[in-house]
Amino acid sequence: MATMLRSSRWFKAAQAAVLAIAVCFSMGATDASARFIDLGHRLMCTCGCAQLLGECNHVGCPESGRERQELTNAIASGKSDQQILDWFAAKYGATMLAAPTGKGFDLVAWIAPFAVFAAALLGTILLVRHWSGISAAKAHAAAVAGPHRVDAAERERLDKIRRETGDDGGF
Amino acid sequence: MATFGSFSLLIALALAVYNLFAGAVALRLLATGQPARVSPEKLADTARRAGIAGFLAISCAAFALVWSAFTNDFSLAYILEHSNRALPGPYKFAALWSGQEGSLLLWGWLLGGFSFILRLRHKTDVRLYAYAGTILAGIQVFFLAVLNFAVRPFALYQGPLPDDGNGLNPLLQYPEMVIHPPMLYLGYVGFAVPFAFALAALMMRYPGEKWIKITRTWTLVTWMFLTVGIFLGMHWAYAVLGWGGYWGWDPVENASFMPWLTGTAFLHSVMMQEKKGMMKSWNVWLIFSTFLLTLLGTLLTRAGLVSSVHAFAQSSIGTWFVVFMLIVLAVCIFVYILQRSHLKTDHSLDSLVSRESSFLFNNLVLLTACFVILWGTLFPVLSEYVEGSKVTVGAPFYNRVAVPIGLFLLFLTGVGPLLPWRATSLRAIRRNFLIPVIALWATVAVCLVSGVRIWKDGSFSTGSFYAVVSLSVSAAVFTAVLSEFLRGGAVIAKQTGKNLLVSCWILTRRNTRRYGGYIVHIGVVMVFVGLAGAAFNQTVESELPLHGRMSVGPYTLEQMGATQDSNLNYQSEFAVLDVYKDGKVQFQMSPEKRVYLASQQPQTMVAIHSNIGWDLYVVYEGTNPDTGQPIIKAFLNPLVSWIWAGLVMMVFGTFIALVPSQNPSSARAVAAEPAVKGAN
Repeated sequence: MATMLRSSRWFKAAQAAVLAIAVCFSMGATDASARFIDLGHRLMCTCGCAQLLGECNHVGCPESGRERQELTNAIASGKSDQQILDWFAAKYGATMLAAPTGKGFDLVAWIAPFAVFAAALLGTILLVRHWSGISAAKAHAAAVAGPHRVDAAERERLDKIRRETGDDGGF
Repeated sequence: MATFGSFSLLIALALAVYNLFAGAVALRLLATGQPARVSPEKLADTARRAGIAGFLAISCAAFALVWSAFTNDFSLAYILEHSNRALPGPYKFAALWSGQEGSLLLWGWLLGGFSFILRLRHKTDVRLYAYAGTILAGIQVFFLAVLNFAVRPFALYQGPLPDDGNGLNPLLQYPEMVIHPPMLYLGYVGFAVPFAFALAALMMRYPGEKWIKITRTWTLVTWMFLTVGIFLGMHWAYAVLGWGGYWGWDPVENASFMPWLTGTAFLHSVMMQEKKGMMKSWNVWLIFSTFLLTLLGTLLTRAGLVSSVHAFAQSSIGTWFVVFMLIVLAVCIFVYILQRSHLKTDHSLDSLVSRESSFLFNNLVLLTACFVILWGTLFPVLSEYVEGSKVTVGAPFYNRVAVPIGLFLLFLTGVGPLLPWRATSLRAIRRNFLIPVIALWATVAVCLVSGVRIWKDGSFSTGSFYAVVSLSVSAAVFTAVLSEFLRGGAVIAKQTGKNLLVSCWILTRRNTRRYGGYIVHIGVVMVFVGLAGAAFNQTVESELPLHGRMSVGPYTLEQMGATQDSNLNYQSEFAVLDVYKDGKVQFQMSPEKRVYLASQQPQTMVAIHSNIGWDLYVVYEGTNPDTGQPIIKAFLNPLVSWIWAGLVMMVFGTFIALVPSQNPSSARAVAAEPAVKGAN
């Protein structure tokens, strides 16, 4: 019961933490200059320089000045961040957005890294547990068999390991 | 020179083909014991000698191209497109790798150089080296075939010859560009050597782990070159592109970073194989993947598969590389399946919490990071295939996905050294982790007290949050690594009576590999500290009339004049700025804008003043056409110099790791001697 209560408390704390982090990440910048900087870093310059609109400053860029002005106007007109991004995507194409959206096939771009990380993490944990189990089973078998004596073959194997890993004994 | 160069390349190809086939036949005869008219040993030796001669032939070709650049031989289309008469000497040399044909020639030449060294050292293990040399010959055949038939560096210019060439791309006319590409290529090409040894060891069912010991130096040196190449590229982007940053997650930057990640994973996991005979298959596939990723990187740089700022080297040789990569992959899979029984091993771990499991998690994180970058780089291509329209995967994607992974990796950098091999106790964990944890929370407190705010204007600042995490974990990792030095040093100090600093040096000499590795970890920490500084960058842009002022951070910039200059290569406009701090002039800066005459392309030359705390980074953006006044953009970029200092530390640590350890008994004797003298 105590364990359940404890785990329930932990669960609630984890929920609260996740909620807090979600709220933090979902909150956007509020004032116009902060929004300009934020949105400028979510859009690409379309001149072909492959730089973010907010960072493009190469000499004589034919696009970034006009696009920045459009961004300033859009913020001043009271549109939401998403409306502004949609407007730019509609006008210049989806490549103007600096990152995939969270819709349709684009969602795969966001999910795949975390899915792969989670799967690999789970696999590594299971592997470590499995290998630890093998080691424990060996230790148990050795304990049952009595004191371990190093025979000639094993001595040779150990010598070989020492020779091949050198005096430093590995990292 | 064109004829000489072309023939040199043809001869190099013929010699590489001979090396491949004669080597393969000789090794087959040796393996099966079949009788033959020619002794297989002699045949293998002729193959080796052909490889050596092949290097000389491709060296002649590389010399011919450089000579053509220095003598302004514009009859060669390549020289016409990438050089001009007024180009300074070092940049004429850099013309060798400034375009597609030249950079592939550099690839081939460096591969020839590595193979040359390998073939000269064949007596270390004649048979293993013969296998590895034959595999390298196969790779050389590919590059020489591309150079002879697809992208010919000695192709002649068709039509009336112009008086002068088109000049080198202005972006490349910067000192780093003379060394960044060769360093990067040394890293890329160098991974072919451990790849060849791994494949060779697998093919011949090489007993034991000795091949790893043989290739350790190659792998470390290659890794170091790749690291230096990547960081020089970052510095070039910082100093030349004028956007105030150093890493833009460009596909070509990503292409160089991916093999670095898998190579780093290999350097760690290979220790599991050496120490415990585990993870043999994993290590073989790590080095296979690293080599394949270097090929993918070269493909991305050249084939125009994804859009990149490195557009100067694009062409249509993608098919060649795709076919070659498929062949390499097929060979790797085939050999692995055929010889997989040789890689069978007993895997066992004594504890869930140990150095071994930390290496597993380290590999997990490094490979996940590699996957994320590969995924982000190729997703636009995938999206176009699936949806018919391209998307951009830029910095916002990587910042959200890769930064947390990077911070986790930083955390493991500190945890790994604190965990002993085999197993550990809860008490030992508590003892080892106490000081790093105190350092972590102390740094959080210092950050908050010094004004870092994770919440700004009612909104959460992801950048500041990551910066605080990065700085605090860096402090913990640094403390952890330092405590390892001090703990060992204290023991030696007690034994020898020497001071702690000398004792730490003796400790390092006794196990250069371990402590060299720790120094590399300190370098990584310094790099993360530098990266964290980006969260606090400040930017100001202003039109600045004569004696006009603008402020950024603690500095005030006053415009003292805007003037022009010219030479045979370019015309420039620049502003002279006095920089004030605390009301006094501290120094002068002259940001510049150049227009290169041959190509008529403009280029910014950023003025940077660096110190340990920050960089003052000033860009001259040109003049306002309406007012005629110069426009200045100033950045205050905190902690950037830590990144470059971190690189120096990483290189130093790698050098230490490459030096053979001093025999503990002789080290003890040397250490004890002065103490004995002192006693007398």
